[in-house]
Amino acid sequence: MHGNISLDATDRRLIEATQTGLPLCPKPYHAVAETLGLTVDEVMYRLQRMQDLGIIRRIGAVPNHYAIGYRANGMSVWDVDDNQLSELGQNVGGLDFVSHCYRRPRRLPDWRYNLFAMVHGRDQDEVIVKVSQVRQLLGNACKDHQILYSSQILKKTGLRIRAAEGI
Amino acid sequence: METQAPTPMDQIDRNILNNLQGGFPVCERPFATVADRLGLSEDELIARVERLLDDGVLSRFGPMFNAERFGGAVTLAALAVPEDRFDTVTEQVNSFPEVAHNYRRNHDFNMWFVVSSDDPDRVSGVLKEIEDVTGLSVLNLPKEEEYFLELKFEA
Repeated sequence: MHGNISLDATDRRLIEATQTGLPLCPKPYHAVAETLGLTVDEVMYRLQRMQDLGIIRRIGAVPNHYAIGYRANGMSVWDVDDNQLSELGQNVGGLDFVSHCYRRPRRLPDWRYNLFAMVHGRDQDEVIVKVSQVRQLLGNACKDHQILYSSQILKKTGLRIRAAEGI
Repeated sequence: METQAPTPMDQIDRNILNNLQGGFPVCERPFATVADRLGLSEDELIARVERLLDDGVLSRFGPMFNAERFGGAVTLAALAVPEDRFDTVTEQVNSFPEVAHNYRRNHDFNMWFVVSSDDPDRVSGVLKEIEDVTGLSVLNLPKEEEYFLELKFEA
């Protein structure tokens, strides 16, 4: 786990102003600066700093995977030998078709799976082929797995912080 | 739940999508910098990003923040909801602003949602309130280790 980094009120205003997106104009950081009453240098300095610290994961386009043809969303869950999990998790997370890969706790007896890998495909057949590659990679360390397909998005909103409340 | 883009994507759109999921520069004229790399004009790149957003091909364009890095917390939680109560429980769960995503999935645990807050105590508080209001026990699966995180969809 990483340590936490404290942000000041200006950082939070900057997050609040950009979390739904950057202005689409030739000088988007100037536009943000103007909205917030800051200089563009300060906006760029703070954004760069937040990126260096990992507060900003990346800046760019977030595709809607349904709209670009990835209609099958399979959450593959794996029961993997705890001693080998860190090493194998890195390998699974490095596969180019795995978008998110996490270790999570088992909750026995209800839930035995400790590795989650999100696999997207154009259809379920494509997800199955990709998941079988993960299965192969895990080898004997994997005792069981399942694929949970999403059948409906019930809610989808992004991160929302409220700068005014001085979180 | 699926949105079809009204304008079919051409090779330039795909090129934009495949090259712009990260690395948008922090500089005076970032679109000009990227456009140059992609062999486009600044105006054309901006117009295309705007259209891809309007068409729903992109859900957002800008910085992606990591709440955990500034003191917040996130967890993945699941419920096994009886079918005849599914709609009611969906409303109950979605009513919390801390619930960011919620998906129906084909499993006994048929509702999977992400709870995030700037205040880590609030995350456990929301889970407790969901248990109280639904009478169902929540499977709480906070991330213990992250092996990679990047959206790498190829269009």
